[in-house]
Amino acid sequence: MAVLFRSTLTVAAMVLAISVAHAGSDDEAVMPEGDADRGAETYENSCSGCHSLDRNRIGPAHRGVYGRKAGSAPEYAYSAALAAADFEWDAESLDGWLANPMAYVPGAKMGFRLGDPQKRADIIAFLKRESEPPAE
Amino acid sequence: MKNELIHSRRSMLGTMGGSMLSVAAIGVLGNTSVAHAMNHHEGDASGDVAILNVALGLEHEAIAAYQIGAESGLLEKGVLDVAVLFQGHHKGHRDALIGAIESMGGSPVESKSTETYVAELDIANTVKGQADVLKLARKLERGAANAYLGVIPSFMDSGLKQISGRLAADEATHWALLNNALGDAYPSDPLIFGG
Repeated sequence: MAVLFRSTLTVAAMVLAISVAHAGSDDEAVMPEGDADRGAETYENSCSGCHSLDRNRIGPAHRGVYGRKAGSAPEYAYSAALAAADFEWDAESLDGWLANPMAYVPGAKMGFRLGDPQKRADIIAFLKRESEPPAE
Repeated sequence: MKNELIHSRRSMLGTMGGSMLSVAAIGVLGNTSVAHAMNHHEGDASGDVAILNVALGLEHEAIAAYQIGAESGLLEKGVLDVAVLFQGHHKGHRDALIGAIESMGGSPVESKSTETYVAELDIANTVKGQADVLKLARKLERGAANAYLGVIPSFMDSGLKQISGRLAADEATHWALLNNALGDAYPSDPLIFGG
């Protein structure tokens, strides 16, 4: 009975491990489709404590961030790490940043993580929409 | 609160050797990419200082916002009393954060001028009456609660994770009371904060 119990536990642990690994690979491989309207609400809830679209506050202003070089919002005092970063903000980089900014750019001062891939995708869709030039 | 933050920092220093040992052990096992990642965001106390300084920036902003509201002449006596009470909580958070940052060898960020906060929060264009003051305060409290919850996974020190949760609870309490004062409905879904 003890051997059977141990075997059952081992199988259960393996199934759990495989499930977790699979879930992780899904998150990395396929980004959900974002909804900008939903993203506006999530932005208000999750980001507006430190950020505004048009004004630097605790964090830099976000309008225009999509497609902008990292660490380049005018007149914002970035960490040395982000000021020296050499990439542009796009869907992939924003997703990696929002998931774990201090791992994405070691030395960054933002520690806020947004764990839900759908919420990240929605915020990214919102930031992309708000970064587009106004229609004439 | 201040003493707890400082104690947490001492606890972190006491356990850092264990963390580095774990990193070394992983390196010996050959998983160098994991060890590299841990070196960057698990074994570096400067990351915790950076997060605390961002939090301090939030507290400076909240204190200023309540001060601007209190001096606006827009608040009734009862509302003004609550605003001053909440501002006192934020001053307590500020002092605790400054103590922790300094005890960890960091330099606390300083408060900005009132004029800067008025501009950054767009107060001249958005605050015309008591309800506007309450809405701004509610927005800042919700943002702060979510910020404190969102940084919990990034803290290296487990004591700071717990403190961050407690700070979030203060902000969420403020949010709930302000929401009630505004007469707005509460969210129907659970897990109101974080995500």
